[in-house]
Amino acid sequence: MLRLVLRNLLARKVRLVMSGLSVILGVAFLSGVLVFSNGLSTTFDGIIHGSTPDGVVRTVNSDSFDAGYSGQSDRALSPADLDRLRQLPEVARADGDVAGIGMSLLASDGTLIGGTGAPTLAFNHTDSPNMDGERTLVLKSGAWPERPGEVVLDEAAAEAGDYGLGDDVKLLAPFGTVERTAKLVGTAEFNGGGTAGATLLIFTTQEAQQLFLGGKDAYNQISLTAADGVTQRQLADAAAAVLPDGFEAVTGDEVAAESQDAVGAFLGIINTFLLVFAIIAVIVGGFIIVNTFTILVAQRTRELALLRALGAGRGQVTRSVLVEALALALVATTVGIGLGLLLARGLAAMLRSIGLDIASAALDLTTRAIVVSYVVGIGVTLAAAYLPARRGARVAPVAAMRADAVPERGSLRRRSLVGAVLLTVGAAFAAAGLLGAPGSDAAWIGVGAVIWILTVAAISPVIGKPVLALCRSVFGALFGTTGRLAGENALRDPRRTGATASALMIGLALVSTIGVLAASLNASVDDVVDEQFTADLLVQNSNFLPFSTEIGDRVAEVPGVDVVSRQQWTAARVASGPHPDKTVTVAGSDAEYARIYHPDVVSGRATPAGAQAVLFRSLARDLDLEVGDRLDLSFQGGTTLDLEVAGIVESSETTSEVTVPLDQLAAAGVLRQDSTLSILIDPAADPEKVRDAVDATAASAPIVGVYDKEGFADQIRGQVNQLLYLIYGLLALAIVIAVIGIVNTLGLSVIERTREIGLLRALGMSRAKLRRMVTLESVAIAVLGAVLGMALGLLIGVLLQRSLSDNLTSLGLPLGQLGAFLVVAIVVGVLAAVLPAIRASRLDVLEAIASE
Amino acid sequence: MRDGVMLCQGGDMTTAVAARAIDLYKIYGSGDSEVRALDGVTLDIGAGEFTAIMGPSGSGKSTLMHCLAALDTPTSGDVQIGETRLSRLRDKALTTLRREQVGFVFQAFNLVPTLSARENILLPLSLAGSKPDQAWFDTVVDSVGLRDRLGHRPSQMSGGQQQRVACARALVSKPSIVFADEPTGNLDSTSSAEVLAFLRRSVDEFGQTIVMVTHDAVAASYCDRVVFLADGRVVDEIRDPDRDQILAHMTALQTAAAAPREERTA
Ligand SMILES: Nc1ncnc2c1ncn2[C@@H]1O[C@H](COP(=O)(O)OP(=O)(O)O)[C@@H](O)[C@H]1O
Ligand SMILES: [Mg+2]
Repeated sequence: MLRLVLRNLLARKVRLVMSGLSVILGVAFLSGVLVFSNGLSTTFDGIIHGSTPDGVVRTVNSDSFDAGYSGQSDRALSPADLDRLRQLPEVARADGDVAGIGMSLLASDGTLIGGTGAPTLAFNHTDSPNMDGERTLVLKSGAWPERPGEVVLDEAAAEAGDYGLGDDVKLLAPFGTVERTAKLVGTAEFNGGGTAGATLLIFTTQEAQQLFLGGKDAYNQISLTAADGVTQRQLADAAAAVLPDGFEAVTGDEVAAESQDAVGAFLGIINTFLLVFAIIAVIVGGFIIVNTFTILVAQRTRELALLRALGAGRGQVTRSVLVEALALALVATTVGIGLGLLLARGLAAMLRSIGLDIASAALDLTTRAIVVSYVVGIGVTLAAAYLPARRGARVAPVAAMRADAVPERGSLRRRSLVGAVLLTVGAAFAAAGLLGAPGSDAAWIGVGAVIWILTVAAISPVIGKPVLALCRSVFGALFGTTGRLAGENALRDPRRTGATASALMIGLALVSTIGVLAASLNASVDDVVDEQFTADLLVQNSNFLPFSTEIGDRVAEVPGVDVVSRQQWTAARVASGPHPDKTVTVAGSDAEYARIYHPDVVSGRATPAGAQAVLFRSLARDLDLEVGDRLDLSFQGGTTLDLEVAGIVESSETTSEVTVPLDQLAAAGVLRQDSTLSILIDPAADPEKVRDAVDATAASAPIVGVYDKEGFADQIRGQVNQLLYLIYGLLALAIVIAVIGIVNTLGLSVIERTREIGLLRALGMSRAKLRRMVTLESVAIAVLGAVLGMALGLLIGVLLQRSLSDNLTSLGLPLGQLGAFLVVAIVVGVLAAVLPAIRASRLDVLEAIASE
Repeated sequence: MRDGVMLCQGGDMTTAVAARAIDLYKIYGSGDSEVRALDGVTLDIGAGEFTAIMGPSGSGKSTLMHCLAALDTPTSGDVQIGETRLSRLRDKALTTLRREQVGFVFQAFNLVPTLSARENILLPLSLAGSKPDQAWFDTVVDSVGLRDRLGHRPSQMSGGQQQRVACARALVSKPSIVFADEPTGNLDSTSSAEVLAFLRRSVDEFGQTIVMVTHDAVAASYCDRVVFLADGRVVDEIRDPDRDQILAHMTALQTAAAAPREERTA
């Protein structure tokens, strides 16, 4: 039996290569994702481990706040604090660190480097060791900065900025005077390899103090190195005893664990995101396996019947087909894993070119990646081949004697009936979601959607018929007999056409769902912007990073600018009530805010004064607060504000969960910077001119942009669309696999119809028309997949929008995109037909007549 | 309609020639495994005649027919259909020639399963993009007796009906010549008789030229002329044969074939 199986495999090389390809691609994506994500986390682990000392002294609360947009505390450690720590017997050495956020590097041509993706880290140089006793930073060229006015960059940044050693590097400071220059004296990277994409700016301690602490001789953090025989815990405990208020001592292990948690959460999202698409690809591949094996079994009906007639049991026949599938799965998965490794390395090389260098040593197959890939690849292939295999075993032995034997198949009517029931079940889930069943509405609809997609895939032979019949009429009208024949061919085995189209259907259903959601999001952004953004111009950083107040000072002086309102955002911890430790975002708004914006007041007042806060309704509900209640917020550095709830407002994009007067943030110990400038233009001035003048003022600080209503909406839309294109890109793989499915089915059909094709050629069909016939059949399959997928995607998208209508206030239908998808589907059909069509047109005419 | 009329000296009479094989060789393989399917065949097919090609299995009948019908290219030699020499034509021209000048009836699998009888009959015309001559279509359909079956698909028809549809298709485009390779090979005797009677009638009534490969003496007895092939050569022919004559010639050939090769070639 085994020899027979192997002979079968070899005899069907081409078909198996094609169906193998669908497994290969799915597994390659999967193993690629696993390798890549492992490489990513290994790289971050290396850097975290390599750059963390035995112990750290830092401001209280600093771990719980996103250091990016929430600014920094005004608390600092003095040289006396540093000396006290150095005196401790447990401390071998203590180094004062000065670090600042919001410093930016400009390229020699004045454009911003980094800025959007990974952070720019600016700090002072000390040669403090990490927990392994090695230096945290490694010099790659030149020397460390020794005098004020000198800077060391990481290599990638120096290259991106086109700076050589000795050049003057352009910088933007986060505080005070914005523009600066410093002389490049060297390049460096983290111990542990690379910078993981971050831009490094390393100064002398004195210079860093000048930049970030207003020239005070102080530090915002201290790195501790333990004396011989002292544990990290002992070190931290000893240090804690001599610290001033608002500071804490933590062990290196704790700091590393925190960083790993933060990075891990972020990487986890990326991994899950990529894995979802890998799984979609594998499932689509599974559909193709089902189809291929169904056709292979059908074509071998007589052979299988002969085996049965010769005494093979059903189980043996099933097993012979499954062993074939197993052999295919083994080979394809192995190739796929290898390809995945290459894929991950290619991706890493690509990322390296844009500055995110992943340690190449980390990009290797882990046991987990190999095991998961094999389990998934083999599991999916065998599961997919099982149904056709069982069907093959049901072939009656007598079929060996019949000329036109086709394996028995259950009636489509039963399938339609079960399908109708399942569609109803899916609809029930969707309805539950819409009518507000407990739990997430979108999740209910999502479950309904998955049921729908799988059911439609199963009953596509039935519900696809009208689409195919329409294709037949259109093709007939456009291409005459050739078109008619193509349409008929697509209709002759609706199961096969349906199953082939289903692979494409899944991809397009997802793409269309995402398309509807994105269009709705865009439409909703317009709504929000129209309704809420009553400012004429906004100045802010695209990642909401704070910037020097000097920019606001300059903007206020622009002629024609009537009102400038400043806001600074930060994070704080709720320190009272039933939800301690909940982190909230806090907007500090100046008095001008009320002249520009008018949030919808639910109760109380919209504008806080003094030690007061205004809350979003959702937050007030979560914290169970009413107007007049008290709210304690603890900020980084440990300062706590005791605030009175002055008002509750509807959510608005113009402020955040908690709004306090801007001067309260200063009282809370947050260093003053601006996050947003809102501008009203003098009605008497020419708005164009004012806008140009504000643009010119802001141009000197490329970390901020100037947006009008339209521009602001565009910026948000741009971010939405970026994500949209990323998702489209990832789904493209599922579509490529679907194309392979079409190629495969067409190829098998061509082989099956050899004699018919010969007959057509004998009767005078030209090669060109024969190719067109195959191509049109392929287009019919692709159009079927596209139409079913888009119809489902539209439906699911609309339902999801309805369930998310709190945030997605408007429904947007991406009709242009859907039209484009249909065109893409037709192109996909044409491309998929290239090989089978060439094959068909090369068939020997005589085959039709050779009657064996 | 019958273009390409040539004159040939067929003994004492002068007939128009519809197709001609000129010193045809068809050789498969080489060296020890060389097979000469056609070994120097020269043959004229008279226009308006019903010609049978007979011979033992493997004698080259099908190969000859495929070469004559522009389905296969000979190793050397040439074929002429009407006034066209096939050796000069490329695939595109051959396709057009098949579509316009040649009709086919094969032993089995003659019809496209997805098309109705009517569509199958009209297929060569619709492939050429030309309009059918309605009167001629009716004539042909009535003479094969398929009027009430025109809307049926091949799977809904018997073997005999399918072959009659194939015959009607071969005639409806008014080709200069129709080739039929064992058209009754898969049919019972009643269906065979129907198909053969129809072919005979189309020669008599419409002046159609037909070449039919067969190894059935009864089938051959419907023909005007029987050409015998053995080992890829024309070895014999008879005109206006009856069944017994044909059987006698066949038996003679088979005896010769049974004898050792050296004797025959000597
Ligand atoms: N494609 C081929 N390859 C090799 N030999 C062939 C091929 N086609 C036919 N032959 C050989 O050519 C000879 C004539 O075949 P054919 O014309 O089919 O004979 P007939 O139709 O008279 O039975 C036979 O010996 C056959 O084996
Ligand atoms: Mg033959």
